[in-house]
Amino acid sequence: MRNNNFFIKTAAAVAAVAFTLFAPITAYASTEYGYTYNYDYWGDVQESADFYNVCKVFTSSDLGLDVKLKSPQGMFLYRDSIFICDSGNNRIIELKRNSAENLEVVNIIDSFKGGSGENTFNNPTDFAVSEDGNYFIADQGNARILKLDKDLNFLLEIGKPDDNTLDPKLVFQPNKLVIDTAERVYCIATGINKGLVKYENDGTFSGFVGATPVTFDWTDYIWKKFASQEQRAKMVSFVPTEYSNIFIDHEGFIYATNGTAKGEDLKAGKADAVRKLNLVGSNILVQNGEYRVYGDLYFGSGGGYEGPSQFTDVTVMDNDIYTCLDKNRGRLFGYDDQGRMVFAFGGNGNMDGYFRQPSAIEHYGHELYVLDSLDCSITSFVPTEFGNLVYDAIEKFDQGDYVGSGDAWREVMNQNGNYDLAYIGIGRALLRQKQYKEAMRYFELKYDAKNYSKAYKQYRKEWVEDHIVIIVIVILALFLIPSGIGRIKKIRHEIDTADIFVSGRNG
Amino acid sequence: MFLAETGEEMIANIKPDMTIKEKYIDSLKFALYCMTHPLDGFWDLTHEKRGTFAAANTILVLTLLIRILKLRYTSFIIMTVYWEDLNIFLYLASILFPLSLWVVGNWGLTTLFDGKGKLGQVYMATCYALTPYPLIQFPLMVFSNFVTVEESQFYSVLSALSLVYAAILVVVAMGQIHEYTAQKNILFTVATLFAMLVMIFILMIFFSMISQGVAYFISLARELMFRI
Repeated sequence: MRNNNFFIKTAAAVAAVAFTLFAPITAYASTEYGYTYNYDYWGDVQESADFYNVCKVFTSSDLGLDVKLKSPQGMFLYRDSIFICDSGNNRIIELKRNSAENLEVVNIIDSFKGGSGENTFNNPTDFAVSEDGNYFIADQGNARILKLDKDLNFLLEIGKPDDNTLDPKLVFQPNKLVIDTAERVYCIATGINKGLVKYENDGTFSGFVGATPVTFDWTDYIWKKFASQEQRAKMVSFVPTEYSNIFIDHEGFIYATNGTAKGEDLKAGKADAVRKLNLVGSNILVQNGEYRVYGDLYFGSGGGYEGPSQFTDVTVMDNDIYTCLDKNRGRLFGYDDQGRMVFAFGGNGNMDGYFRQPSAIEHYGHELYVLDSLDCSITSFVPTEFGNLVYDAIEKFDQGDYVGSGDAWREVMNQNGNYDLAYIGIGRALLRQKQYKEAMRYFELKYDAKNYSKAYKQYRKEWVEDHIVIIVIVILALFLIPSGIGRIKKIRHEIDTADIFVSGRNG
Repeated sequence: MFLAETGEEMIANIKPDMTIKEKYIDSLKFALYCMTHPLDGFWDLTHEKRGTFAAANTILVLTLLIRILKLRYTSFIIMTVYWEDLNIFLYLASILFPLSLWVVGNWGLTTLFDGKGKLGQVYMATCYALTPYPLIQFPLMVFSNFVTVEESQFYSVLSALSLVYAAILVVVAMGQIHEYTAQKNILFTVATLFAMLVMIFILMIFFSMISQGVAYFISLARELMFRI
């Protein structure tokens, strides 16, 4: 017993010494990088006021589940319900969102009624609810997409697309899916890189949409020309990359993330980390920011992580701000409709607000819900006062309340003077209020050349209109005075040398 | 016709009894003549002693000055400056270093191959050839503050023009002061560029040798201090 005590005391002393020795270092490390940050015009990391706070982390026991969550892959938010694909346990859990800090299990779906063959799931990876309330499940292990009504009656089973170009041996593995308003299914399937697999609402395959453009280096191309058949087989083939996840926004546009693009391709704009697909599958994502949309700008290796952000999911709010989830460094990146970064926060770790292997993100209003498949938890984030102000400013601008938007941006600027969007936001609000000179000042502060030019063009026009009389006088003077002087000199010369006077004098 | 006349006038105007100040102003004005009549102008620069070192230095200082002023007064639409990373001396060296390499390299080569120009004359002619840079860049800098993004194309075209103009003048000037034919002149321009590369290479070797040598003696001294 005494011995035991001695050990405990020694351990405590060692711990205390270690703490005093290492505490300053860790404290320094934690102040070096804050939780929330953003990039300025130069691409420098700017500490930011927190945009989101963790409201609560829900683990299996918090939710009161008897069988613990196992490797959950997909999440879908429909009205007040959150559906989680508990892939490892072959079931889907329906939670009711009472508030951001109160999620309640209302239903556990592990089988359905009717249909031929298996009526249980095998590794369901994604779930979606259509506008009519029908359930769609990517039942990956059973190589099918299921359509059920809300009472879990079988409606439709969708299988491998009957396309001649597909390898017949390929097993259909639907991974992620979205449903549009007409109940058409868009699906990402493992091993199919021609884009999204599109099915009509009766389950017939109708084509592939939105394949990523193929990127390759010309040196690789030349090498390939000279390589033998065997060598060529070993080389990386130039094929489009598979998407990692999809989301359909309130306007029916599909946002697709690409989690495997190379860092240099992303920087050069040859690959997109996020694409916004229209009906014909072309990318219409606006990228007007100083930097393209690919999460972290610097990929330096550190803490065991290297390479670019790998987006694994995206969610789009009603104000067109979309949040991408990076599974590489466990971060969330928010972008506005112009492709400018609104916020970035998070990290890898075990603390609240940090992730181990985030797999899905959903939003409810402005709240964010992140599913971690390794930690088997759901983290709910609520915007801080600062976050709410930014949203308020953006939404007011979209509604045409420019005065209100400008005031909100000013308050944002007061809370975080390093926030570039605030300056540009104030400038844009002033521009709409026809205060060009003031607007120019704000745009110049944050090097927004495009908006500055817009304001300057108006300002110059007004200036010219106000000073037109003076301008005309000055121009006339510039032309008339030299020619007038020339003429006077000429007349004088003529007078001096005129015959009459000369002869008059003589006479 | 008008310009040619004034040119002749200028040559005829050489007065041996000019004061230093008059000579300086006259030689500075002559830079404009060199700009518009490079062949004639650069010939007279050395052969008729129309150029002065004071004027050459003035043009060089003006060039450096405009280069620095541009940083601050060009519109941010055209040029944004990351002030935190800016070293003004390095920035000036970006003109001075190639210039001195050019002058030394050109003189070193041409002096072996019948070049008539002396080292000082090569320097003077090169500085005179820089005239278009301050002359075009200064109004351009003012102009940049009155344009929008779409109109900034004018800026980049004119800015490039000033550089090309100066480069052509440098080449022509070298040909004139060395009394070279056009062919030989172009040959030696390329050779000078090559000589500059060689000099950079040697300088790099030199500096790394020096730093290693210094490091050797420092470590030797440390060792001694350690033992004694």
